[in-house]
Amino acid sequence: MNLKTMKRSTKSNLITFGIVIAFYIIVQLLSAADLLSNSFSGQLVPICAYVILAISLNLTVGILGELSLGHAGFMSVGAFSGTLVWVSISSTTPKPLALLLAFVVGGLVAGAFGFLVGVPVLRLSGDYLAIVTLAFGEIVKNVMNACYLGVDANGLHFSLKDASSLNMEDGKLLINGAQGITGITKASTFTIGIVLVIITLLVILNLVNSRAGRAITSIRDNEIAARSVGVPITKYKLMAFVTSAVFAGIAGVLYSLNYSSLVAKKFDYNTSILILVFVVLGGIGNLRGSVIAAAVLTVLPEMLRSMNDYRMLIYAIVLIVVMIFNQSPQMITLRNKLTARFRNKNGAEKAKQKKGVA
Amino acid sequence: MKKVLSSVLAASMVLSLAACGSTATTSESSSASTEATSSTAATGESAGSGSYTGTPIKIGGIGPITGAAAVYGNAVKNAEELAIKEINAANGSDVFEWQFEDDENDAEKSVNAYNTLKDWGMQILAGPVTTTPSVAVAAETVNDNLFMLTPSASSLSVILNDGNDESTARGNVFQICFTDPNQGVASADYIADNGLPTKIGVIYDSSDAYSSGIYEKFKAEAEVKGLEIVAAEAFTADNKADLSTQLAKCQEAGAELVFLPIYYQEASQILIAADKIGYEPEFFGCDGMDGILAIEGFDTSLAEGLMLLTPFAADAQDEKTQAFVAAYEAAYGETPNQFAADAYDVIYSIYQAILAGGINGDMDASEISDALKTQFTSMTFDGLTGTGMTWDATGAISKNPKAVVIKDGAYAAM
Repeated sequence: MNLKTMKRSTKSNLITFGIVIAFYIIVQLLSAADLLSNSFSGQLVPICAYVILAISLNLTVGILGELSLGHAGFMSVGAFSGTLVWVSISSTTPKPLALLLAFVVGGLVAGAFGFLVGVPVLRLSGDYLAIVTLAFGEIVKNVMNACYLGVDANGLHFSLKDASSLNMEDGKLLINGAQGITGITKASTFTIGIVLVIITLLVILNLVNSRAGRAITSIRDNEIAARSVGVPITKYKLMAFVTSAVFAGIAGVLYSLNYSSLVAKKFDYNTSILILVFVVLGGIGNLRGSVIAAAVLTVLPEMLRSMNDYRMLIYAIVLIVVMIFNQSPQMITLRNKLTARFRNKNGAEKAKQKKGVA
Repeated sequence: MKKVLSSVLAASMVLSLAACGSTATTSESSSASTEATSSTAATGESAGSGSYTGTPIKIGGIGPITGAAAVYGNAVKNAEELAIKEINAANGSDVFEWQFEDDENDAEKSVNAYNTLKDWGMQILAGPVTTTPSVAVAAETVNDNLFMLTPSASSLSVILNDGNDESTARGNVFQICFTDPNQGVASADYIADNGLPTKIGVIYDSSDAYSSGIYEKFKAEAEVKGLEIVAAEAFTADNKADLSTQLAKCQEAGAELVFLPIYYQEASQILIAADKIGYEPEFFGCDGMDGILAIEGFDTSLAEGLMLLTPFAADAQDEKTQAFVAAYEAAYGETPNQFAADAYDVIYSIYQAILAGGINGDMDASEISDALKTQFTSMTFDGLTGTGMTWDATGAISKNPKAVVIKDGAYAAM
C-alpha cells in the first residue's frame, strides 16, 4: 500500500498501533535481557488495564461528548462477574478457554449494565448521564460491599446481610462482602494485556472512523442538526456508551485477575476520576493521547516514590503543566512557532522532490 | 460540557488536596525522630550488645502513611523505626537496614510498594498494615518465598490462600495480631463466661473487612454459648456521620450489652449518642477500641465502664510497656496505639528469631524465609502485646487476650 495515498485516519491509526507494538517489543527485549526492575514489571498489567479504560472512556467523553463519572462502576461489575467465572471454572476447564470466558462474561455483564443505565438517560440531552453514572458507580460499590455469595451442594446462596445468613452446608464462599473475592489464581499477563489493548483499539478506532462513528460525532457537535438530517440519536448514543462499558468490564477482569484478591472499595469515585484525568490529559477525543497519558500517569506516581510526601504535590504540578502545555492557546501558538521552521524545511524538501520528479 | 467537566475535575482536585493536607501533618513527625536512639534497649528482649555481627539484614515495611488509614500506617512506621534504632544501637553495629513504603491502603499500590522494596533488596517484610493490601501482597510473597510478618492485618485470608480452609496455609506469612475469628470467639466467650448480660446488640462496619470479620465469628460463637443477639446493625464507611439510628434500634430491641467490633472514632460517636438518648447498656469492644481515651475533645467520662479486649493498653503498668510508651512519646510526640505496639513486637520477634536461628544478611531472601519459618513455629516470644506468644504452622498467633475496663479515665485490668 502506498503511504501517500493512504487515508489520513488510517495513517494515524497505524501510528497508534505502532506505538503499542513497539512498547510491547521493547519491554519483551528488556525483560529478556533482565533489565526490567520488579517495580516496573509489576505495573505492566495495570498499565494495560488503565489504557483500555482510558480508550473506552474517551469514546464516551471525547467522541460521543457525554460525561461519564462512573466508569469504575462498569469496571467493577465486569471484574466481579469475570472473576467469579474464572474462580469457578479455572480448575476444571482448560486455562485459555476459562480465561476467554471470563473476559467475555465480564464484558457482556458490564455491557448489559451500560445498556440499562443508558436506555433511560441517553434519551435526554444535557448532563444527566454524568449524574446517573456517578450514582451508578456508588451504588455498585455499596451493593458489592454488602454482597455475600456462596455455593454448596444445594446450589448458589445469596445474601445482602452477612455470610452466616447464607445458611450454607459446608460450601465455598465466593464473595465475602467487604472482603470481596480472595484466593484468585493470578492469570493476567502482559501479553494478554497488550492483545486486549490492540483489540480495544481495533474496535473503537474502526467504530470512530465508520459511518456510525461519523453519526456519533455529529451528535456531539450539534445534536439538533444531527436530528434534523435523520440520525437516530438514542441508537447511536447507546452504541457508543455500551461499547465503552463493555471494554471497561474487560479491563476490570484484566485488572482483577492480576491480584489475588478483589474488593469493591477499589472501584470508587476516585478511580472513575483517575480514568477521566487520563482522558482529559491525553486530549478529549484523541485516542492515541489516552493511551500515552494512561501509561505515563500510571507509572509516574511509582517513579516519584523516592520523593516521599512530595510526590503528590509533584504529581499535581505535572498534571497542571501538561494541561497548560496541551490546551492553553498561548502555548499552542508558541509550540507552532517553535516547530514552524522544522515543518517549513520538510515542506520545502517535499516541494523540491516534486519538482525533481516533474 | 467542558465547563461541567472542568468544574468536576477541579472539585475532585480540591477534595484530594484536602485529604492530603490532613495527613501531611502526621507524617511530618517522623522526620523529627533521630533522637529516638537515646532511649535504647530499655525495652524488648534482653539481647546482649554486639550479639549480631553479620551483614545488616534488609527489612521492608509497607503501610498507608497517606489517605484515610494513615493513622495506622504512621503508628506502624514510627514503631518499626523506633525498634530498629534501638536494636541497632544496642548491638553496636547495624543489625537491620529498614525502608518503609506507602501503599495508601490500596492493594494495587501495595503490590507496587512490595516490588519497589524488592528492587531495594528486601529480605524480610514487616507489613503490610491493613487487611486488603496484605492479602494481595501475601500472594506475591509466596511466589518469592519471602518471609512476611504483618503487625495488624487480622483476616484469615492473609495467612490462608482460601480464607475458610486451614489446609491452604501460605506457610511464609505470619501474623502478630489476633485473627478476626479469634477476637470474635474470645469476645463471645468472655461475655458468656463472666456473667455479663446476654441480650446483645451489635453495631459494626459492614464495609470494613476487620469489623465484619469479627462480627461473623462473634455471631457464630454467640449461638454456641447461648447468647442472644437481639439487634445487629451495620453502617458503612460512606455512611457513618450519624450512628444514633443504629443505637436506637439496639435500645428498642432491649439490648443490655452493645458489642462494638469497630474502631475507636466511630465508637466514640456511639458513646456520645448513647449519652444523649440516656441509654446505658454495657459496652464491649475489641482491639480497635484502643485509643478512645486519646481522642481530642472527647469526654472520657462517657467511656466509663467500657470493656475492651485488647492485647495492648498504653497505660499498663508493666515495665516493658512503660519504657516503650516513654520512648515513643519522646520520639514522635504522641501516645502509641495498639498498631504501634504490634509493629514493635514484629521487629523484636524477628530479631529474636534471627539470633536464635543464626540468620545473617548474606543469605538470600528464600533461605532467610525458610530459617525464620522454622524459628517462628518453634519459639516463644514475650512482647508488648502478650507473653508466651507462639505461632502454629499456618502462621496464626496464639496469645491470651487481655480484657480491660475503663475506670476513672484509665484502663484497669478485669
